[in-house]
Amino acid sequence: MNAKKSQNKPLFFFVNEEKEALFSKKNRALLKDPLDDNNPITVQVLGICSALAITVQLKPAIVMSISVMAVMAASNVIISLLRNLIPNRIRIIVQLVVVASMVILVDQVLRAYAYDVSKELSIFIGLIITNCIVMGRLEAFALGNGVWKSFLDGVGNAAGYGFILIVVAFFRELLGSGKLFGLQVIPDAVYEMGYVNNGLMLLSPMALITVGIFIWLQRARNRKLIEKN
Amino acid sequence: MEAYFNLFVKSIFIENMIFAYFLGMCSYLAVSKTVKTAVGLGLAVIFVLAITVPINFLLDTYLLRPGALGWLGSDYASIDLSFLSFIMFIAVIASMVQLVEMIVEKFAPALYGALGIFLPLIAVNCAILGGSLFMQQKDFSGVTESAVYGLGSGIGWLLAILAIAAIREKITYSNIPAPLRGLGITFIITGLMALGFMSFMGIKL
Repeated sequence: MNAKKSQNKPLFFFVNEEKEALFSKKNRALLKDPLDDNNPITVQVLGICSALAITVQLKPAIVMSISVMAVMAASNVIISLLRNLIPNRIRIIVQLVVVASMVILVDQVLRAYAYDVSKELSIFIGLIITNCIVMGRLEAFALGNGVWKSFLDGVGNAAGYGFILIVVAFFRELLGSGKLFGLQVIPDAVYEMGYVNNGLMLLSPMALITVGIFIWLQRARNRKLIEKN
Repeated sequence: MEAYFNLFVKSIFIENMIFAYFLGMCSYLAVSKTVKTAVGLGLAVIFVLAITVPINFLLDTYLLRPGALGWLGSDYASIDLSFLSFIMFIAVIASMVQLVEMIVEKFAPALYGALGIFLPLIAVNCAILGGSLFMQQKDFSGVTESAVYGLGSGIGWLLAILAIAAIREKITYSNIPAPLRGLGITFIITGLMALGFMSFMGIKL
């Protein structure tokens, strides 16, 4: 995706994108690629930390994905607007400040409207600031592309991230505690027949192994992603 | 003294940054292909963690937490600036990394050459910000305690990346199923290592 540097002249806003339809093929690819071929977690290896730590249950995983999506879309748009004004040498600090402000907003909103979840996520909301997925996309995409494209890229990558989070959380909660969203889904009759929840799934190492298996399945299906070594 | 030692051991083994909290996973996965680079990054992380955690502790105690501004006079005692902590911490970390980079370059060029590009990258390593945020949650009583915690977590991180790098160097000789090669097997090995590290959880300190 880095190679797709647009040849934009230094222009703001949508000026240079008027020729292109809002959802042209290229723009749809921006949304779709991160879901599989260019998934931020399993292919680009960005944003692993939070992906593993908060996937014990579905609810925090979904809240986290939405927060990351909000932060990424907003900061991608802001950096893309500012991209011709930021001196190259201090761009990291500028990016950090923008991302940190967005994260503070998200954190305050969560504390106001979803206090329990915000307690559960504890420091991981703050860690969105250093979530490499945000910085990585800012560096690789928003600094060189227009506003609308950057927005799509942010949403797409956050969706790819959220997708993994939700899949991992689904299996961990289902196998680990027999519940989804905190509601029991495995009927009592099954437990009476001798089924036991796999408590190991709730422990943190299983998050790593679940993601590892997911990567295995994905690459077995999509063979062009296989690494040489 | 004993309390510090307990905290030190705890932050290295029981609350290991990587195996218990998955902090700093991105650079852990990206820079663990060879032992040499892994050690370089690990040393840089120890260095920066041991410096930024106590600084952020002082910042938190005298500036950010509710009532922290009390030393300015009773009028200021009711101010709560804790919502600013993310931005303050990351600013401190980014500037400390810059400063450390300059100092190391001036006084220890050999070390600078060894650490190379890793130093600036550390600003966005979640283990560093995570260390400061955990420090805020843990309510340490003094600056020494937070410094010990920072140092210990850094050493724990080095231990983890060293172990995985050594394993990855050897694993290039084994015949792994193609789709698992690289990232997949690294994840699974890390999972198994984390399972091993869980055995430390039984230790009560």
